[in-house]
Amino acid sequence: MTQDQWTIVADVASAVCLLGGAFLAFAAGVGVLRFPDLLARMHAGTKPQTLGLALVLIGLALRLRSGGAVWALVLVAVFQMLTAPVAAHMVGRAGYRTGKVRSDLLVVDELTSDQERAQVRDQGRPDDDGPRD
Amino acid sequence: MSLHPRRHRWRTQWATIVWLTVVWVFLWGDLSVGNVLAGLAIALAVTTGLRMAPIAFHGRFRPAGFLHLLGRFVLDLVKASFEVSLIALRPRYVPHGAVIGVQLRSHSDLYLTLTAELSSLVPGSLVVEAHRLTGVLYLHVLDVRQSGGIEAARQAVLDQEERVLRAFASDEELDAAGLGVRA
Repeated sequence: MTQDQWTIVADVASAVCLLGGAFLAFAAGVGVLRFPDLLARMHAGTKPQTLGLALVLIGLALRLRSGGAVWALVLVAVFQMLTAPVAAHMVGRAGYRTGKVRSDLLVVDELTSDQERAQVRDQGRPDDDGPRD
Repeated sequence: MSLHPRRHRWRTQWATIVWLTVVWVFLWGDLSVGNVLAGLAIALAVTTGLRMAPIAFHGRFRPAGFLHLLGRFVLDLVKASFEVSLIALRPRYVPHGAVIGVQLRSHSDLYLTLTAELSSLVPGSLVVEAHRLTGVLYLHVLDVRQSGGIEAARQAVLDQEERVLRAFASDEELDAAGLGVRA
Protein backbone atom coordinates (compact mmCIF):
# COMPACT_ATOMS: atom_id res chain seq x y z
CA MET A 1 0.00 0.00 0.00
CA THR A 2 2.71 2.45 0.97
CA GLN A 3 4.52 1.55 -2.23
CA ASP A 4 1.41 2.48 -4.20
CA GLN A 5 1.03 5.73 -2.30
CA TRP A 6 4.60 6.67 -3.07
CA THR A 7 3.98 5.92 -6.71
CA ILE A 8 1.01 8.29 -6.69
CA VAL A 9 3.03 11.02 -4.94
CA ALA A 10 5.81 10.64 -7.50
CA ASP A 11 3.34 10.70 -10.38
CA VAL A 12 1.65 13.87 -9.11
CA ALA A 13 5.01 15.58 -8.49
CA SER A 14 6.09 14.51 -11.96
CA ALA A 15 2.94 15.96 -13.52
CA VAL A 16 3.42 19.26 -11.66
CA CYS A 17 7.05 19.48 -12.83
CA LEU A 18 6.15 18.65 -16.43
CA LEU A 19 3.36 21.23 -16.53
CA GLY A 20 5.55 23.88 -14.86
CA GLY A 21 8.35 23.18 -17.32
CA ALA A 22 5.95 23.38 -20.24
CA PHE A 23 4.60 26.70 -18.97
CA LEU A 24 8.11 28.17 -18.67
CA ALA A 25 9.08 26.93 -22.13
CA PHE A 26 5.88 28.54 -23.47
CA ALA A 27 6.70 31.83 -21.70
CA ALA A 28 10.21 31.68 -23.16
CA GLY A 29 8.74 31.27 -26.62
CA VAL A 30 6.38 34.20 -26.14
CA GLY A 31 9.30 36.28 -24.86
CA VAL A 32 11.46 35.49 -27.87
CA LEU A 33 8.59 36.58 -30.10
CA ARG A 34 7.54 39.68 -28.20
CA PHE A 35 10.68 41.30 -26.79
CA PRO A 36 11.81 44.40 -28.66
CA ASP A 37 15.46 43.64 -29.42
CA LEU A 38 18.08 40.94 -29.62
CA LEU A 39 19.48 41.26 -26.10
CA ALA A 40 16.04 41.12 -24.49
CA ARG A 41 15.24 38.05 -26.59
CA MET A 42 18.35 36.31 -25.33
CA HIS A 43 17.09 36.79 -21.78
CA ALA A 44 13.99 34.83 -22.71
CA GLY A 45 16.18 32.21 -24.36
CA THR A 46 18.36 31.60 -21.31
CA LYS A 47 16.41 31.85 -18.08
CA PRO A 48 12.88 30.46 -18.36
CA GLN A 49 14.06 28.01 -20.97
CA THR A 50 16.81 26.57 -18.73
CA LEU A 51 14.56 26.17 -15.70
CA GLY A 52 11.75 24.89 -17.90
CA LEU A 53 13.99 22.20 -19.32
CA ALA A 54 15.25 21.32 -15.83
CA LEU A 55 11.67 20.95 -14.58
CA VAL A 56 10.69 18.75 -17.54
CA LEU A 57 13.74 16.58 -16.85
CA ILE A 58 12.89 16.32 -13.13
CA GLY A 59 9.35 15.36 -14.10
CA LEU A 60 10.70 12.72 -16.45
CA ALA A 61 13.08 11.37 -13.82
CA LEU A 62 10.22 11.06 -11.31
CA ARG A 63 8.16 9.15 -13.85
CA LEU A 64 10.94 6.91 -15.18
CA ARG A 65 12.48 6.00 -11.79
CA SER A 66 15.21 3.85 -13.35
CA GLY A 67 18.88 4.52 -12.73
CA GLY A 68 20.34 4.53 -16.20
CA ALA A 69 18.08 7.03 -17.92
CA VAL A 70 17.97 9.38 -14.91
CA TRP A 71 21.76 9.87 -14.92
CA ALA A 72 21.63 10.85 -18.59
CA LEU A 73 18.96 13.44 -17.68
CA VAL A 74 21.28 14.88 -15.00
CA LEU A 75 23.94 15.30 -17.69
CA VAL A 76 21.47 17.07 -20.00
CA ALA A 77 20.61 19.56 -17.23
CA VAL A 78 24.26 20.18 -16.31
CA PHE A 79 25.36 20.79 -19.89
CA GLN A 80 22.35 22.99 -20.56
CA MET A 81 23.32 25.21 -17.62
CA LEU A 82 26.94 25.31 -18.75
CA THR A 83 26.26 26.08 -22.39
CA ALA A 84 23.16 28.31 -22.41
CA PRO A 85 24.90 31.37 -20.85
CA VAL A 86 27.92 30.98 -23.13
CA ALA A 87 25.75 30.72 -26.22
CA ALA A 88 23.71 33.75 -25.10
CA HIS A 89 26.93 35.66 -24.47
CA MET A 90 28.30 34.88 -27.93
CA VAL A 91 25.04 35.85 -29.67
CA GLY A 92 24.67 38.99 -27.55
CA ARG A 93 28.26 40.03 -28.20
CA ALA A 94 28.00 39.49 -31.94
CA GLY A 95 24.67 41.34 -32.02
CA TYR A 96 26.05 44.23 -30.03
CA ARG A 97 29.07 44.58 -32.29
CA THR A 98 27.04 44.51 -35.47
CA GLY A 99 24.55 47.08 -34.21
CA LYS A 100 21.54 44.83 -33.76
CA VAL A 101 20.78 46.43 -30.41
CA ARG A 102 18.13 49.10 -30.16
CA SER A 103 19.90 51.77 -28.16
CA ASP A 104 16.74 53.88 -27.90
CA LEU A 105 15.38 51.34 -25.42
CA LEU A 106 18.48 51.42 -23.22
CA VAL A 107 18.42 53.61 -20.14
CA VAL A 108 22.21 53.55 -19.84
CA ASP A 109 24.82 52.14 -22.20
CA GLU A 110 28.18 52.00 -20.48
CA LEU A 111 29.78 49.69 -23.04
CA THR A 112 29.40 52.14 -25.91
CA SER A 113 30.58 55.07 -23.82
CA ASP A 114 33.58 53.06 -22.55
CA GLN A 115 34.45 51.99 -26.08
CA GLU A 116 34.28 55.55 -27.34
CA ARG A 117 36.51 56.69 -24.49
CA ALA A 118 39.01 53.90 -25.27
CA GLN A 119 38.98 54.86 -28.93
CA VAL A 120 39.76 58.48 -28.14
CA ARG A 121 42.58 57.36 -25.87
CA ASP A 122 44.01 54.98 -28.48
CA GLN A 123 44.02 57.70 -31.13
CA GLY A 124 46.22 59.76 -28.84
CA ARG A 125 48.71 56.98 -28.24
CA PRO A 126 48.46 54.36 -30.99
CA ASP A 127 50.78 51.69 -29.55
CA ASP A 128 49.97 52.02 -25.90
CA ASP A 129 47.51 49.90 -24.02
CA GLY A 130 47.15 52.59 -21.41
CA PRO A 131 47.07 52.15 -17.68
CA ARG A 132 44.63 49.88 -15.96
CA ASP A 133 41.92 51.72 -14.24
CA MET B 1 52.78 30.89 -10.70
CA SER B 2 53.15 27.68 -8.78
CA LEU B 3 56.51 26.46 -7.50
CA HIS B 4 55.84 23.06 -8.98
CA PRO B 5 54.27 23.71 -12.34
CA ARG B 6 54.37 20.10 -13.46
CA ARG B 7 52.77 18.71 -10.34
CA HIS B 8 50.20 21.47 -10.45
CA ARG B 9 49.29 20.61 -14.00
CA TRP B 10 48.86 16.97 -13.11
CA ARG B 11 46.56 17.82 -10.26
CA THR B 12 44.24 19.82 -12.52
CA GLN B 13 44.49 17.10 -15.17
CA TRP B 14 43.34 14.53 -12.64
CA ALA B 15 40.19 16.49 -11.91
CA THR B 16 39.46 16.66 -15.64
CA ILE B 17 40.03 12.92 -16.07
CA VAL B 18 37.72 12.09 -13.16
CA TRP B 19 35.02 14.44 -14.53
CA LEU B 20 35.23 12.95 -18.03
CA THR B 21 35.03 9.44 -16.61
CA VAL B 22 31.95 10.38 -14.59
CA VAL B 23 30.32 11.82 -17.73
CA TRP B 24 31.08 8.62 -19.62
CA VAL B 25 29.60 6.41 -16.89
CA PHE B 26 26.51 8.68 -16.70
CA LEU B 27 26.06 8.42 -20.45
CA TRP B 28 26.05 4.64 -20.31
CA GLY B 29 23.84 4.74 -17.27
CA ASP B 30 25.33 1.96 -15.18
CA LEU B 31 28.38 1.72 -13.02
CA SER B 32 30.40 -1.27 -14.11
CA VAL B 33 34.12 -1.99 -14.18
CA GLY B 34 34.11 -2.05 -17.96
CA ASN B 35 32.43 1.36 -18.21
CA VAL B 36 34.81 2.96 -15.71
CA LEU B 37 37.86 1.56 -17.49
CA ALA B 38 36.61 2.61 -20.90
CA GLY B 39 35.79 6.07 -19.51
CA LEU B 40 39.27 6.36 -18.00
CA ALA B 41 40.88 5.36 -21.30
CA ILE B 42 38.86 7.93 -23.25
CA ALA B 43 39.46 10.63 -20.64
CA LEU B 44 43.22 9.98 -20.83
CA ALA B 45 43.13 10.06 -24.63
CA VAL B 46 41.14 13.31 -24.64
CA THR B 47 43.28 15.11 -22.06
CA THR B 48 46.61 14.06 -23.58
CA GLY B 49 45.54 14.17 -27.21
CA LEU B 50 43.63 17.45 -27.20
CA ARG B 51 45.55 19.95 -25.16
CA MET B 52 43.54 22.79 -23.68
CA ALA B 53 44.81 25.99 -22.17
CA PRO B 54 45.36 25.17 -18.51
CA ILE B 55 43.14 26.99 -16.05
CA ALA B 56 45.10 28.42 -13.16
CA PHE B 57 43.39 27.48 -9.93
CA HIS B 58 45.10 28.64 -6.77
CA GLY B 59 42.12 28.69 -4.51
CA ARG B 60 40.67 26.16 -2.20
CA PHE B 61 37.25 24.64 -2.06
CA ARG B 62 35.04 25.81 0.80
CA PRO B 63 32.00 23.57 1.30
CA ALA B 64 29.99 26.13 3.30
CA GLY B 65 30.59 28.86 0.74
CA PHE B 66 29.82 26.47 -2.08
CA LEU B 67 26.50 25.40 -0.55
CA HIS B 68 25.59 29.06 -0.05
CA LEU B 69 26.45 29.77 -3.70
CA LEU B 70 24.46 26.76 -4.91
CA GLY B 71 21.39 27.43 -2.78
CA ARG B 72 21.28 31.09 -3.75
CA PHE B 73 21.78 30.12 -7.39
CA VAL B 74 18.80 27.76 -7.42
CA LEU B 75 16.57 30.36 -5.75
CA ASP B 76 17.77 33.06 -8.15
CA LEU B 77 17.23 30.83 -11.18
CA VAL B 78 13.62 30.15 -10.18
CA LYS B 79 13.02 33.83 -9.44
CA ALA B 80 14.66 34.93 -12.70
CA SER B 81 12.66 32.48 -14.78
CA PHE B 82 9.35 33.67 -13.38
CA GLU B 83 10.31 37.34 -13.66
CA VAL B 84 11.25 36.99 -17.32
CA SER B 85 8.10 34.94 -17.99
CA LEU B 86 6.00 37.63 -16.33
CA ILE B 87 7.51 40.39 -18.47
CA ALA B 88 7.04 38.22 -21.56
CA LEU B 89 3.38 37.50 -20.86
CA ARG B 90 2.38 40.99 -19.70
CA PRO B 91 0.34 42.66 -22.43
CA ARG B 92 1.64 45.89 -23.96
CA TYR B 93 4.65 46.16 -21.72
CA VAL B 94 7.97 47.17 -23.23
CA PRO B 95 10.91 46.53 -20.89
CA HIS B 96 13.55 49.24 -20.73
CA GLY B 97 16.98 47.73 -20.43
CA ALA B 98 20.49 49.01 -19.86
CA VAL B 99 24.04 47.94 -20.54
CA ILE B 100 26.15 48.38 -17.42
CA GLY B 101 29.83 47.80 -16.77
CA VAL B 102 30.83 46.15 -13.53
CA GLN B 103 34.41 46.23 -12.29
CA LEU B 104 35.04 42.91 -10.60
CA ARG B 105 37.41 42.73 -7.67
CA SER B 106 39.37 39.62 -8.60
CA HIS B 107 41.52 39.30 -11.69
CA SER B 108 41.35 35.56 -12.15
CA ASP B 109 40.00 34.16 -15.43
CA LEU B 110 38.30 31.34 -13.58
CA TYR B 111 36.30 33.55 -11.22
CA LEU B 112 35.50 35.95 -14.06
CA THR B 113 34.08 33.04 -16.06
CA LEU B 114 32.12 31.63 -13.14
CA THR B 115 30.66 35.01 -12.23
CA ALA B 116 29.73 35.68 -15.85
CA GLU B 117 28.07 32.28 -16.27
CA LEU B 118 26.10 32.54 -13.06
CA SER B 119 25.11 36.16 -13.72
CA SER B 120 23.67 35.14 -17.08
CA LEU B 121 21.33 32.67 -15.43
CA VAL B 122 20.09 34.78 -12.53
CA PRO B 123 17.68 37.73 -12.46
CA GLY B 124 17.72 40.41 -15.05
CA SER B 125 21.24 40.22 -16.40
CA LEU B 126 23.02 38.82 -19.44
CA VAL B 127 26.71 39.16 -20.16
CA VAL B 128 27.36 41.06 -23.39
CA GLU B 129 31.10 41.54 -23.16
CA ALA B 130 33.79 40.42 -20.75
CA HIS B 131 37.02 42.35 -20.64
CA ARG B 132 39.60 39.93 -19.38
CA LEU B 133 42.55 42.24 -18.77
CA THR B 134 40.70 44.80 -16.70
CA GLY B 135 38.20 42.37 -15.19
CA VAL B 136 35.17 44.36 -16.31
CA LEU B 137 31.94 42.58 -17.16
CA TYR B 138 29.39 44.35 -19.36
CA LEU B 139 25.89 43.12 -18.71
CA HIS B 140 22.55 43.77 -20.27
CA VAL B 141 19.79 44.33 -17.74
CA LEU B 142 16.42 43.28 -19.12
CA ASP B 143 14.24 45.65 -17.14
CA VAL B 144 15.87 48.35 -15.07
CA ARG B 145 12.69 49.12 -13.13
CA GLN B 146 12.22 45.52 -12.05
CA SER B 147 15.87 45.14 -11.05
CA GLY B 148 15.48 48.13 -8.74
CA GLY B 149 17.72 50.53 -10.67
CA ILE B 150 21.19 50.49 -12.18
CA GLU B 151 23.08 50.43 -8.91
CA ALA B 152 21.05 47.52 -7.54
CA ALA B 153 21.84 45.52 -10.69
CA ARG B 154 25.53 46.34 -10.32
CA GLN B 155 25.49 45.31 -6.67
CA ALA B 156 23.80 42.01 -7.57
CA VAL B 157 26.73 41.09 -9.82
CA LEU B 158 29.26 42.07 -7.15
CA ASP B 159 27.37 39.95 -4.60
CA GLN B 160 27.45 37.06 -7.04
CA GLU B 161 31.21 37.47 -7.39
CA GLU B 162 31.60 37.56 -3.63
CA ARG B 163 29.72 34.27 -3.29
CA VAL B 164 31.93 32.72 -6.00
CA LEU B 165 35.07 33.93 -4.23
CA ARG B 166 33.87 32.73 -0.84
CA ALA B 167 33.25 29.30 -2.36
CA PHE B 168 36.50 28.83 -4.26
CA ALA B 169 39.14 31.48 -3.57
CA SER B 170 42.14 31.12 -1.30
CA ASP B 171 42.68 33.44 1.68
CA GLU B 172 45.21 35.50 -0.30
CA GLU B 173 42.79 35.96 -3.19
CA LEU B 174 40.03 36.99 -0.81
CA ASP B 175 42.37 39.54 0.79
CA ALA B 176 43.42 40.84 -2.63
CA ALA B 177 39.77 41.30 -3.57
CA GLY B 178 39.25 43.28 -0.38
CA LEU B 179 36.85 40.77 1.14
CA GLY B 180 39.08 39.56 3.95
CA VAL B 181 38.58 36.27 5.72
CA ARG B 182 35.25 35.67 7.31
CA ALA B 183 35.79 34.68 10.92
